[in-house]
Amino acid sequence: MFAFILKRLGLALLVAFTVSFISFSLLFLSGDPAAALAGETASGEDVEALRRLYGFDRPMMVQYGDWLFSALRGDFGESYYFKLPVASLIAERLQVTMTLGVCGILFALATAVPLGVAAAIRPNSLIDRVALFLSVAGQAMPSFWFGLILIVVFAIQLGWLPPSGASSWRHFIMPTIVLGYYAMPAIMRLTRAGMLDVLNSDYIRTARAKGSGEMRVLFKHALRNAIIPVVSLAAVQMGFMLGGSIVVESVFALHGAGYLAWESIARNDLPTVQALILVFSMFYIVFTFLADVLNAWLDPRMRSA
Amino acid sequence: MPVKKTTSTLAVAALMASVAMPALADKASGTLNVAFTKELENVDSYFNSAREGVVLQRAIWDGLIYRDPETNEYVGNLATSWEWIDDTTLEFKLREGVTFHNGEAFNADDVVYTVDYVAKEENGVKTQRNVNWMKSAEKIDDYTVRIHLKEKFPAAIEFLSGPVSIYPNEYYAEVGPSGMGLKPVGTGPYKVTEVVPGQHFVLEANETYYDSPKGQPEIAKVDIRTIPDVNTQMAELFSGSLDLIWQVPADQANKLAQMDQFTVANESTMRVGYLQMDAAGRSGENPFTNKLVREAVNYAINRQELVDALLQGKSKVVYTPCFPSQFGCVQDVTEYEYDPEKAKALLAEAGYPDGFTIDFYAYRDRQYAEAITSYLNAVGIKTNFNMLQYSALRELNMKGEVPLAFQTWGSYSINDASAMVSQFFKHGSLDTTRDDQVLEWLDVADSSTNPDERIEYYTKALQRIADEAFWAPMFTYNTNYVFTTEVAYTPTPDEVLRFVDMSWN
Repeated sequence: MFAFILKRLGLALLVAFTVSFISFSLLFLSGDPAAALAGETASGEDVEALRRLYGFDRPMMVQYGDWLFSALRGDFGESYYFKLPVASLIAERLQVTMTLGVCGILFALATAVPLGVAAAIRPNSLIDRVALFLSVAGQAMPSFWFGLILIVVFAIQLGWLPPSGASSWRHFIMPTIVLGYYAMPAIMRLTRAGMLDVLNSDYIRTARAKGSGEMRVLFKHALRNAIIPVVSLAAVQMGFMLGGSIVVESVFALHGAGYLAWESIARNDLPTVQALILVFSMFYIVFTFLADVLNAWLDPRMRSA
Repeated sequence: MPVKKTTSTLAVAALMASVAMPALADKASGTLNVAFTKELENVDSYFNSAREGVVLQRAIWDGLIYRDPETNEYVGNLATSWEWIDDTTLEFKLREGVTFHNGEAFNADDVVYTVDYVAKEENGVKTQRNVNWMKSAEKIDDYTVRIHLKEKFPAAIEFLSGPVSIYPNEYYAEVGPSGMGLKPVGTGPYKVTEVVPGQHFVLEANETYYDSPKGQPEIAKVDIRTIPDVNTQMAELFSGSLDLIWQVPADQANKLAQMDQFTVANESTMRVGYLQMDAAGRSGENPFTNKLVREAVNYAINRQELVDALLQGKSKVVYTPCFPSQFGCVQDVTEYEYDPEKAKALLAEAGYPDGFTIDFYAYRDRQYAEAITSYLNAVGIKTNFNMLQYSALRELNMKGEVPLAFQTWGSYSINDASAMVSQFFKHGSLDTTRDDQVLEWLDVADSSTNPDERIEYYTKALQRIADEAFWAPMFTYNTNYVFTTEVAYTPTPDEVLRFVDMSWN
């Protein structure tokens, strides 16, 4: 197990390194950081002065080397845009994104898994149709639109919730629903398919034949097996939510890491983008790893693999 | 992924239907809630280049001079009087008895420290043009100070009444730009009580504000949140948690104007939209090196229709590469009325009877850009439309690879023609014309200390630019301010939101 973890860790570092190099090159190709830094009102001469000041005139490899060397020592530098240490900037924004991501995935799991199970018990029943409708709607609806509709109904017409911001738990209710709803359909369909598959298998028939209660059959025998791919999917969805909640963060004026990443790319804020990409890729790696461990616990066959 | 402009007509319609709910009165609490759209990078006004930054700058700090936004007259602010000692030296008598928000007394040392700090290029002030005309400052006595200029610069007074604010020397020496950004300290009508970088700013009225021409603050507290989505801003306005939003797009503003509980005020801004053509031929052989083609472009655009249908509000048609209120921006130049037939004839005369195809670039206001291309297409100029990020387009421009582009320039709200025409026609990296005659005249106009001579030479330069059709200037921009009827405010044409001029009804 220790060797397994070490190997995974080495691989993770390699992935993080590759991702950071690619993102650095892409940002470098996409535009002139000095021009972005100088802003709209600066003259060509201002831009030149900034270019020299920040060393953007040096070869790209040298600049990447510089960044990598500092990053390895835990120094992510200062944001070009905010003139603040990147580490503290990201730490502050991550709180919002993490809260949102965790709430979102819990909401998605809490609604999608029971619906998926219910749909599988009675395929093509009313409940299956409703679940199907919900999942199609969830996939088809753009999240900014869904977010605005929620704001109109719950913040303006009913006045129950604040429209935007992040100053209390009530501010997170609507964003959680929007973000979670987006992840829900895939989880639900996978739960349904997995359950349908498992419910038709021999050992379920055996379990029923030996007289186990229906609840015990469903949740102890069937769901435990059907949920395995769902765990992997949820882990990936979680990673996606942390990096991809840009739209939700923008609509609800939550200043999270996703929105910061989006804006920083537009601003050519290299140190911030680099650090964020590193953080996001680490999240993916950590979540996939956790999913593997969880699956190994759920399914003893996977422990030896 | 469209993040910024998620305009949803349906959501707006739903909002309209649901306004029966009365807005919560913030008048009672004395707090004015305002939204910014953009994340402001740093409150320190020398280290941001954003409109939001200018708004905070005017509230938190003061300059030596103040320009009345109504009359455009210059009056003393932190200075009580000033005079030109020679062409490159200005002497100021300073106001006595002024203190900064942290209690530090204001005197000549603050002016000297601020000027010396910002004028030094290594200190990295973001908008160098605002400060790089100053060389240094010299203390004569505690309340007399001289500013030395690098060379003749008649717009100095305008800059000193605009972007150049005076910082407290001891505090700034200690905390620097990042500290100033987090805990700003100035002499202005509002002091800052909270800063969450990019997200949240809280200002409180400066109870001991001196007798400044800005007037005394009436609104006790201003709470500013950054809300990137315009629809969300409107929702906040409807639910009563915002009192004022600005830079509201015309279609939304029109809908809000029909409702009783909001005031929609439209005011022009200094931003000018224009077509830039590669007359110098920097991008290689191209049709725009031919004057007839440039004239054709000028005749092809229906400026009035663009203003009426798209920009609306207080926008106006312009034919000069500067904003009409700017000093030196004389309007007595050749005007190109919309005449597509004439444009076609000119193109034929230039050797393009069937028109031509050219790369067209734009970086903002896609719908305006598309309308412009349709006018061009109508006379036979076919366009390969490229929408780029501002910084990417600027880079291409600096390399001289852009034959035709829809550009805009806001002059940083500097009310002097040098802030626009001289930025683009003096052979700098963004000059697509490179006309020696224009350069020569602008050099005289920019450096003369005689106002009549300045006017004379700007006139010559602007007339030549229009006669040669180097650009196709088109229109000025406007912006909408929407606030609850509890707020009394009259916006100014320089697009600076002035909290000190606001009050409760």
